[in-house]
Amino acid sequence: MPSLSPVSARLMRFSMLLPLAAMLGGCDWVVLNPAGDVARQQADLVVISTVLMLLIIVPVMALTVWFAWHYRASNKAARYEPEWNHSTQLELVIWSAPLLIIIALGAVTWVGTHLLDPYRSLARIDKERPLHPETEPMEVNVVALDWKWLFIYPEQGIATVNELVLPVDRPVRFRITASSVMNSFYAPALAGQIYAMPGMETKLHAVLNKTGNFAGFSANYSGAGFSDMRFALRGVEAGKFEEWARKVRAGSQGLDRETYLKLERPSEKEPVRHFATVAPDLFDAVVNLCVRPGKMCMSQMMALDEQGGTGKAGMLNLAALTYDKNGREQISAILPGDQIAASQAFIKALCADNSPLRARSAEVGAPEDLAPLRGANLPSPARPDAAEGGRLSLAAPAPAKSPVS
Amino acid sequence: MTSQDQHWSMLFGRLSLESLPLHEPIIVATFAAVALGGAALVGALTWFRLWGYLWREWFTSVDHKKIGIMYMVLGLVMFLRGFADAVMMRIQQAIAFNGSEGYLNSHHYDQVFTAHGVIMIFFVAMPFVTGLMNYVVPLQIGARDVSFPFLNNFSFWMTTAGAVLVMASLFVGEFAQTGWLAYPPLSGIAYSPGVGVDYYIWALQIAGVGTTLSGINLIATIVKMRAPGMTMMRMPVFTWTSLCTNVLIVASFPVLTAVLALLSLDRYVGTNFFTNDFGGSPMMYVNLIWIWGHPEVYILILPIFGVFSEVTATFCGKRLFGYSSMVYATVVITILSYLVWLHHFFTMGSGASVNSFFGITTMVISIPTGAKLFNWLFTMYRARIRFDLPMMWTVAFMLTFVIGGMTGVLLAVPPADFVLHNSLFLIAHFHNVIIGGVVFGVFAAINYWWPKAFGFRLDPFWGKISFWCWVVGFWLAFTPLYVMGLMGVTRRLRVFDDPSLQIWFVIAAIGAGLIACGIAAMLIQYAVSIIRRDQLRDESGDPWNGRTLEWATSSPPPNYNFAFTPVVHDLDAWDEMKRAGAPRPAGNFRAIHMPKNTGAGIILAGISTVCGFALIWHIWWLAGVSLAALLITAIAHTFNYARDFHIPAETVAETEAERARQLAALKGAAA
Repeated sequence: MPSLSPVSARLMRFSMLLPLAAMLGGCDWVVLNPAGDVARQQADLVVISTVLMLLIIVPVMALTVWFAWHYRASNKAARYEPEWNHSTQLELVIWSAPLLIIIALGAVTWVGTHLLDPYRSLARIDKERPLHPETEPMEVNVVALDWKWLFIYPEQGIATVNELVLPVDRPVRFRITASSVMNSFYAPALAGQIYAMPGMETKLHAVLNKTGNFAGFSANYSGAGFSDMRFALRGVEAGKFEEWARKVRAGSQGLDRETYLKLERPSEKEPVRHFATVAPDLFDAVVNLCVRPGKMCMSQMMALDEQGGTGKAGMLNLAALTYDKNGREQISAILPGDQIAASQAFIKALCADNSPLRARSAEVGAPEDLAPLRGANLPSPARPDAAEGGRLSLAAPAPAKSPVS
Repeated sequence: MTSQDQHWSMLFGRLSLESLPLHEPIIVATFAAVALGGAALVGALTWFRLWGYLWREWFTSVDHKKIGIMYMVLGLVMFLRGFADAVMMRIQQAIAFNGSEGYLNSHHYDQVFTAHGVIMIFFVAMPFVTGLMNYVVPLQIGARDVSFPFLNNFSFWMTTAGAVLVMASLFVGEFAQTGWLAYPPLSGIAYSPGVGVDYYIWALQIAGVGTTLSGINLIATIVKMRAPGMTMMRMPVFTWTSLCTNVLIVASFPVLTAVLALLSLDRYVGTNFFTNDFGGSPMMYVNLIWIWGHPEVYILILPIFGVFSEVTATFCGKRLFGYSSMVYATVVITILSYLVWLHHFFTMGSGASVNSFFGITTMVISIPTGAKLFNWLFTMYRARIRFDLPMMWTVAFMLTFVIGGMTGVLLAVPPADFVLHNSLFLIAHFHNVIIGGVVFGVFAAINYWWPKAFGFRLDPFWGKISFWCWVVGFWLAFTPLYVMGLMGVTRRLRVFDDPSLQIWFVIAAIGAGLIACGIAAMLIQYAVSIIRRDQLRDESGDPWNGRTLEWATSSPPPNYNFAFTPVVHDLDAWDEMKRAGAPRPAGNFRAIHMPKNTGAGIILAGISTVCGFALIWHIWWLAGVSLAALLITAIAHTFNYARDFHIPAETVAETEAERARQLAALKGAAA
């Protein structure tokens, strides 16, 4: 069962004893008391690291106050040794004490960073429940728009604005992008944040363990409407989620590319909106900056470049590739019709398919075995099957290999 | 566009009457106040016929001491502006609840937080630190001046030119609405088409020239102009930290210059370094700006570590504990500061190995920093600590900075950073180290070296009022931010919908109010001290029983600093001289070769300001003309051969004899 490590687990238990931890567990402190397992582990790391550092910070602060008081000039009883300015033993202590703390913290960091890598698929639903390796996470595509959030549910074929409804205890894989400027997708109750960037895709794996209403927002300043760029995060039971999705599907409004282009225009304080259908490949088109008709997708251009480009003829592509070079994409005029036709004809001539190519994604698999994480790729002596070796990489779980001979 | 419009735009670029923010009552009122205050100042200077004096004795001066003081004045003036921005934000955030929009719209508020960051780092902390290094380093190493005195004057005026452009943006046009590092694509032409980002770019580029040149100057000074006998390992710690800081400046500011140049190319000529389309990569900008930005943090804090080392040793009445480990710690921090930049954006999607590498290198920096703290701590051990103001600031720093350091290491743990990045916790952290470190250190330094610069001490009563307002105010203002960070509240928000947060913002605003009292008390302290200067007079030149060479001269020092270059036999050279009873030189004075004042620095910086303004507003003809003028003036200055003069031996002898009489009288009075 994955957990951080025995050392940190012990530390965690130790930290539970502190009244501080109890105080920090108050209901308002969502970062320390979240509703999702990933955020839960991140909060534990915050507490563990803090306790580790307090081991040295508290004595230093106490000594500062004590020395300042005791060796004040008016206290003639205190010893005064103006010539004393070196002590090798003391030097050893003052360099090694922080070093030891940092070694411990570094180990926790290394393991924690890999375990909680947002790109890594989950291995557990929560502390008690490991995840069946075959469980497919639910996929949600997130687009940060000016200044609202669009969530696309490819499985359900629906989309929402400024509302993220998740079934509890079901792992979710977010694919995240933005339409114009950098934002950061953050729902503190669910998991740590990850940047949402135009023309790029970031990922986040998370699971929500409690039903209820939570807040989400952009954590990276993105312009005038940034303060109101918030969404509601609702955790519901699996059955309720299906019911909700059905209701959304029953709606009349669909999200085709034209509607998206209207939605994409800058607006503030958008109310929650639901879309019963979503144009296929919309998210990939957003990532590839080619939602607007007549645009060439970045992936297509890259595929052309990969084959050596098209020489001078490629100049024709410039108009079809332009996104926001000459001004905010969403409010710039749509290309004149003949130009669109010309560039589309050109694209069609080169690409068999006018849909965006999906980027090959390197998924990071959930760890099957945590031992290697602690031992720098050394076989664990405690494990009889360590001789099998091979399954040490942090990347996708490799198929079992025959013993190295 | 009519042809008449075209003519106007050829003449004035983007500048028009609409560029003046006449519709913003807050700015109009500020402008009125500034205009009245400025007019009063100009009037007073004219009435008292001070222009000639200022020009001859200060503006054109190449004396490192006067330039150092001018840097401090610049820092102080800009500090008041930056603090005004802070107060505006605190008030806005304290009232913008329950559907209230507060009193600042997003256009205004977003400029305020951007300007606050830019001003506090580039035009407050940098001038303060550079000013201290300028004033103290040559005195500490027994030199007459810096290596390149004219360059020093030019550097100062270029920094000022940058500050002038930032201030101009308040009244003509707008400032950037991007946050202090102006990440693209938001800062690109597509999403920030106005002049705000251009003000940002050119203010930093022009000031950056000054900073880089001043870095080169001080490195040359420290490496080449130390007094005989002062080996590297006998250099005062402040000089050591200054050396490391200037190495950092010279190695990192070119990166800032380059990345801003690339951004300018994107904005001015349509290149695609950081655009979304055509293969541009905004992530590259974020990397580059932090490759400069993280060393910048150490550029600010290292000299301040030096200040605290000097203050601690002096007021503890003993040599600094662990001098060599202090030096090695400084050097290690200098090197490591280049290996940590990525911790500013763990959330950008780097892999776990990259993130943990940068997380761990960041933590490693806390080891030498911790060693430094222990060194100050054990200097206090078995000492006789005099709690004058500089030492009070030092103890406050030690207690405050460790907390900031701790939260910093916490943010270096990538999974912890995922939940705390860009939150108010982060804001609290870096104010904790910058106020608790740099600002407290600057105040310690001002109280410590003021008697050296002006010949009288600062009034301790108002100083202590300021101290307590600051320390209590700081914790009151920033503890709520730590708390709200753990509640998941993000930075740069203008309005809030959760009413339970309001109380925390109100507490923070009260803290800011207390800090305002601290600043007021500080200004009163300066005024009272100047008025009562005769009672506070220090004629000894060594009011704190100092240990380093700057205390060997009179206060203020003669313009040549030392009649004879001192010979150094030990660390803490002046302490050693006092113990050995080294006699003052009494005769055989020689004429002293000195650099002559020149107006070239202020003229070049003035033309640069015009050039920057023209580029910001796309007034191309003016940009061309001023660029040509800049080159011509610079070349013309190289033909100015009247650059030096000699202080006659008789004048030196007179000055020194007068000083000897003064010291003898003091001795007599004491006996």
